[in-house]
Amino acid sequence: MTDLVATDLTLKAGDVTLVDSASFQLSPGELVILLGPNGAGKTSLIRGALGLEAPASGTAALNGQDTHRLSPMARAQQIAYLPQIRPLAWPNQVHDVVSLGRFSHGAALGRLSGPDAAAVDRAIVDCDLTHLADRATDSLSGGELARVHCARAFATQAPLLVADEPTAALDPRHQFRILDLIKSYVDKGGGALLVLHDVNLAARYATRLIWMKDGRIVADGPPAETLTPERLSEVYRVAARMEGDRIVMDGAL
Amino acid sequence: MVERWLVPGLVALSALAIFAACLLGSTPMPADRVLAALVGGADASDRLVVWSIRLPRALAAFLTGAALGISGAALQGLLRNPLAEPGVLGVSASASLTATFALYFGLVALNPWVLPFAAIAGALLATTVLAFAATRTQSVVTLILIGVGLSSFSGALMSLLMNLAPNPFSLADMINWMLGSVANRSFDEITLVLPFILGGAALLLATRRGLSALTLGEEAASGIGLNLQRQRIWTVLGAGLATGGSVALAGAIGFVGIVAPHVVRPFVRHDPARSLIPSALLAGLILVVADIFVRILPSTNELKLGVVAALIGAPAFVWIAMQRRAGYD
Repeated sequence: MTDLVATDLTLKAGDVTLVDSASFQLSPGELVILLGPNGAGKTSLIRGALGLEAPASGTAALNGQDTHRLSPMARAQQIAYLPQIRPLAWPNQVHDVVSLGRFSHGAALGRLSGPDAAAVDRAIVDCDLTHLADRATDSLSGGELARVHCARAFATQAPLLVADEPTAALDPRHQFRILDLIKSYVDKGGGALLVLHDVNLAARYATRLIWMKDGRIVADGPPAETLTPERLSEVYRVAARMEGDRIVMDGAL
Repeated sequence: MVERWLVPGLVALSALAIFAACLLGSTPMPADRVLAALVGGADASDRLVVWSIRLPRALAAFLTGAALGISGAALQGLLRNPLAEPGVLGVSASASLTATFALYFGLVALNPWVLPFAAIAGALLATTVLAFAATRTQSVVTLILIGVGLSSFSGALMSLLMNLAPNPFSLADMINWMLGSVANRSFDEITLVLPFILGGAALLLATRRGLSALTLGEEAASGIGLNLQRQRIWTVLGAGLATGGSVALAGAIGFVGIVAPHVVRPFVRHDPARSLIPSALLAGLILVVADIFVRILPSTNELKLGVVAALIGAPAFVWIAMQRRAGYD
């Protein structure tokens, strides 16, 4: 079992507290979605938990080992991390970008070993990219590019996946497709932590929701327990009401 | 297909160009005499011309180009920008400033190693400033402007040294250094800089996999397991050693480090790691060919190699800059 456990994690930038003693756990078989308004500290919490940023206090541990002390390679083999999508520096081929998911296994582009090549091929098939494998990434649509990045993360074959807004700027159909891909990864035994902004989509896919506001985790539990109109008005400052089992937001408070 | 033949093809062309450089000159020499001289036959004067004049000059041109080509390709991978290059970023200018400084104050007379060390110190100083700046700004435009600033500042200090030059001879020496040339290079000078160029190139090649990772951007690159700090240090050190070595050999020669990787990139699927070796070979080939032109052009004053490189390279730089799509900065 691979577990990512953050305990009283506090992150600061100068005097500003970005994350205030946050604790959570991510285990295989879970699809955890991190919700909160802009500036709530979601990205900072993820970076702190991954050990990409040094905590001011508290700890983040992967299987009991401090993530900040873990070598980047060792960490990357255990957790595939998809940061917010940025344009690629070069118009690389799709197959090469997916191959970068094997970086932590020592793969070099253009000379993949047997297991690396197999993992890349599988990720390409899983993400429905076979017909695009030889295309240059600058000729892809936003939805296709998001799938390429997902495939890259899956190619790592890490037990855990952390993704920061993997569905940003995608149309509804592509949002569903990306989340379906991540859900099937979780169904096969992976554990995923995602940042999303669409509350209804989050409720539909998550096994657990973590709510953040002003750097603090204010709630952590299954959607049925933590998704309430009161919570939405508290966290997002929007007016919301339940309509059946769906939440409807009426506007800013 | 092209990818497979790229490196062998460039090696063959480079060998051919170096051989051609031995044939051509003020007194053209037929191929059979050059061949005989190369393997140790022929008469003494032929051997002298080939082994002491033409071959070292051609090899110096190739080595200078290769060092600049691999440094350019690696810096472009590190900074994720096709306009990064030792010349544009002020690395060559800084190296030639420190080299000139060592010449000016007669430090080179103390020990021949002073010259490459001075040039390399200048190159490393500039690459370190750039790498530090790169960690503080995401904007590549800012970074290039810092390079332009470094370049101008080194140029100004160079002008100051020239201004104060005690006699026309040292002035001529400095101009050689600023304009870049491989005329009258000997095997002694080549062996002096060779360890630095090879060492720098080896560092860049050993850490090239990280350049592929950086394609994704720094955050995602560290996400897939790249140690960013270490990658920056190795690339900066490797490019500094190789560029410094090339400047110690030939002075500042600009733009070849930008043109060669740009031509190579489409053939290696835009992978910075795979572009290193072909870029080095192509840049070496370009300078050998350019130097042949410099020698056979009928002009009273021989043109400087660096001048010719800039005449071709600067318009290419502008063209590449104009090709870039919006949204990358």
